[in-house]
Amino acid sequence: MIEGARWKKWVWFYLPLGSFIVALLFPFYWMVVTTVRPDGELYRPWNHPLYSPFWTSHPTLDHVRNLLTETLFSTWMWNTMLIAFVATLISLFCGVIAGYALARLTFRWAGILGTAIFVTYLVPQTLLFIPLAEIIRDYHIGDTPWALILTYPTFLIPFCTWLMMGYFKAIPKELEECARIDGAARWQAMVYIILPIAVPGILSAGIFAFTLSWNEFIYALVFLSSPEQKTVPVGVTSELIRGDVFFWGALMAGALIGSIPVAIVYSFFVEHYVAGMTGSVKG
Amino acid sequence: MQRGPISRALEREDTLAFWLLAPTLVILTLFIAYPFARGVWLALSNATVGEPGHYIGLANFEKIFADSIFRTAAWNTIVYTAVTTVFKLALGLWLALLLNRHFRGKSWVRAFILLPFIIPTVLSTLAWKWMFDPTFSVFNWLFWKLHIIDSRINWLGDPDLAMASIMAVNVWRGVPFYAISLLAGLQTINPDLHEAAAIDGANRWNRFWHVTWPLLLPVTMVVVLFSVIQTFADFQLVYVLTGGGPANATHLFATYAYQIGIGTGLLSEGAAISLAMFPALLLVVVFQLWYIRKVENR
Amino acid sequence: MARVMLKDLNKVFDGNHVVKNVNLEIADREFVVLVGPSGCGKTTTLRMVAGLEEITSGTISIDETVVNNLAPMDRDIAMVFQNYALYPHKNVYENMAFGLRMRKFEKPEIDKRVRQAAEILGIQALLERRPRQLSGGQRQRVALGRAIVRNPRVFLFDEPLSNLDAALRVQMRVELKRLHDRLETTAIYVTHDQVEAMTLGDRVVVMKDGVVQQQGAPLELYERPANRFVAGFIGSPAMNFVATTVASDGLWVESSGVRLRVPPAKAERVRTYSGQRVILGMRPEALRLANGGDSADYSFDSLVEVVEPLGAEILLNVRAGGAPIVARVEPSTRVRVQEKVRLALDPARVHFFDASTEAAI
Repeated sequence: MIEGARWKKWVWFYLPLGSFIVALLFPFYWMVVTTVRPDGELYRPWNHPLYSPFWTSHPTLDHVRNLLTETLFSTWMWNTMLIAFVATLISLFCGVIAGYALARLTFRWAGILGTAIFVTYLVPQTLLFIPLAEIIRDYHIGDTPWALILTYPTFLIPFCTWLMMGYFKAIPKELEECARIDGAARWQAMVYIILPIAVPGILSAGIFAFTLSWNEFIYALVFLSSPEQKTVPVGVTSELIRGDVFFWGALMAGALIGSIPVAIVYSFFVEHYVAGMTGSVKG
Repeated sequence: MQRGPISRALEREDTLAFWLLAPTLVILTLFIAYPFARGVWLALSNATVGEPGHYIGLANFEKIFADSIFRTAAWNTIVYTAVTTVFKLALGLWLALLLNRHFRGKSWVRAFILLPFIIPTVLSTLAWKWMFDPTFSVFNWLFWKLHIIDSRINWLGDPDLAMASIMAVNVWRGVPFYAISLLAGLQTINPDLHEAAAIDGANRWNRFWHVTWPLLLPVTMVVVLFSVIQTFADFQLVYVLTGGGPANATHLFATYAYQIGIGTGLLSEGAAISLAMFPALLLVVVFQLWYIRKVENR
Repeated sequence: MARVMLKDLNKVFDGNHVVKNVNLEIADREFVVLVGPSGCGKTTTLRMVAGLEEITSGTISIDETVVNNLAPMDRDIAMVFQNYALYPHKNVYENMAFGLRMRKFEKPEIDKRVRQAAEILGIQALLERRPRQLSGGQRQRVALGRAIVRNPRVFLFDEPLSNLDAALRVQMRVELKRLHDRLETTAIYVTHDQVEAMTLGDRVVVMKDGVVQQQGAPLELYERPANRFVAGFIGSPAMNFVATTVASDGLWVESSGVRLRVPPAKAERVRTYSGQRVILGMRPEALRLANGGDSADYSFDSLVEVVEPLGAEILLNVRAGGAPIVARVEPSTRVRVQEKVRLALDPARVHFFDASTEAAI
């Protein structure tokens, strides 16, 4: 369609869009600048004459070095990666086959179970963390990665299930029927024919689950106590603060580096991530 | 690839379905259903860390409803959820409409826009905390340079301002999710409809209100309902930015439950505070289910 | 190669009785076509034979064994789907080999069979390609190939040609027939297209609303339809139906525009309907322009409304006293719209149907 004058475009389009982009990305820029800013500059108050917020003339990697050598940050990275990875695998396994059952098989409890899985959203982590803490302690997995590896699937599986249901529904039923006539058992048709076709969906679900695991906080906060066991979000917020003193350089370095794995995974799979997110919303 | 007795047993749809759903059901029962039941039991007891406690009926609930901080937290949560949702929806929709056009670098923009949502909340919130720090705040610097203020603004230390600051961060985090989801919804609307409306004489606003909005409603509803549940149960933002302060002014259900249950060890009371969220969440989910069923049956 | 028997077969879906007491005996090597409009139950019947639908009541046997409770993989049948159902992530060779792998055939045997089938269908050059790189016709051939390699006892076809364009459909029809003659496997073929039914089937089974209307050789259905539905379904353009009343002497049938003598062959049976209404059926090809020598007993006047020249013939849409009639005439015919013409009917090709039961008289 033909629209109005040039300046209108600037006011109604470029300006708002630009503002959004700046607003949404500024904090990350701030993170980066703070990370490389030397302490002397860092702790200048806001009305100090030399306050130069948007850049620094003496960038330094001290904070990063500090973070990686003097703190347990690398341990936290390793912990978080491990937990996210294993939890994602478990959730994918459960979610993919559950999604298949709900999307493709007819059986009496299909409706109820589908709703039941949906309804687990009714009980967010912040509702369950107190009784769960006790249970984790009872089973002696407190302060170990298992506390999270086993509990993260509770919010990852429902999501994977819905996503995969959508994907499976889009695959023609004839493919399974043909496979079964060709000589495959039901489960063989699922494994050898349907799952390979659903790989893009599985990838989307996996990536989304991975980023959701990194984002989890309260279970990690409550179930883990020793500094060596902590995940990045918990470690950065608890160990880099002594009393009332915030080590902002290290904190921002931690925040920045802690964000990198997720950002990398995301960048390689943007399309899949968006597909995953919008697929779950469109139902 | 054998077709022995196991294969044959799994030929029946209900048998196969059972086994495919079993792992999921086991995990969800062990780590959601059971803790939930246990949480209810806890809330009805007087257990603390170290003391298993015994049944005391609704005493905990009476206690927390009388607690002024709890009432503040409840009110905060409701306001927090309502206000941020409205802003996220409005701004998210606006951004989605902007992104729905074609321009150079569109896919880059779309990819970068999602960052606030992708990056672990706690980490990006730390950056905001740093930006809000009363002594070093870049916002203070900016407003001072623009001659809007003379003295510093205590973004997170002022009881009235703190909540607003937290809400701003929540909106910042949530707008991309709304925007991308609504954008996907917008892209399913047939452009022919807009053109037909334009030929019929509808201006921009009319086209939006009569064509775009009604067709976008299903996606909007789903996004809003998901978001409301998440926001209502939010913990990370408040925990990192204020810890519930100043003077317990910014508590939400989740952070207050944490403070009471884990912080002071009063497990049963903490559990009661957590459970207080349940009725509202139940209402939202029931509404969501009803709405989805309605849309499916149309 | 096998006999298939459907006995008192019924299927109910959520309260809908979609297949009603179907009885069918398919001899070894026979090519049987199930034909009928959408929703008549033909596909459901086929799927029950395949094992893809549960049977509500009745039995299906293949070679004397009742297969009701056998899984599809155990029935030794092959099926060709309307949408080909080729496995998109496998190439043509793997698509064809899948069934054999599932049945644990040896590699050399698999290779031999796949290449043999590929040769029969002329797709040897396509073995390495993926389905998305193939045209519609090629995909159809691969689907056929997949069915052939298994040497099944029965072939099942679910409207396999419906997705092809018209020209390709005609070509594939001929090839299918040729293939069947060569392989001599029992086949059950479902279609809604009566042309396919007539050209492919050794025997045609017409279904409507879950009930078998008539079964027999194609020409038998054409020349001696058992009821009005079959008469109107088989043959294109469809048979003309005119509501008439039998004269009191039983020798004539009349409507507002047509008056015809009852041919001697049918006279006895029609006489029992004296004074009552019957439906007169005439195929367009049984009509022609009357010439001087035609008896008035078997001709009538009509007004030309539309002329459709098809090249090999001309279809005249006329109206005789309110009743629309289509006649198929010689391509050399020259008539104009609004012209009055007299049409003659071949008395050997007249049909009568009971006005209420619609059965043939």
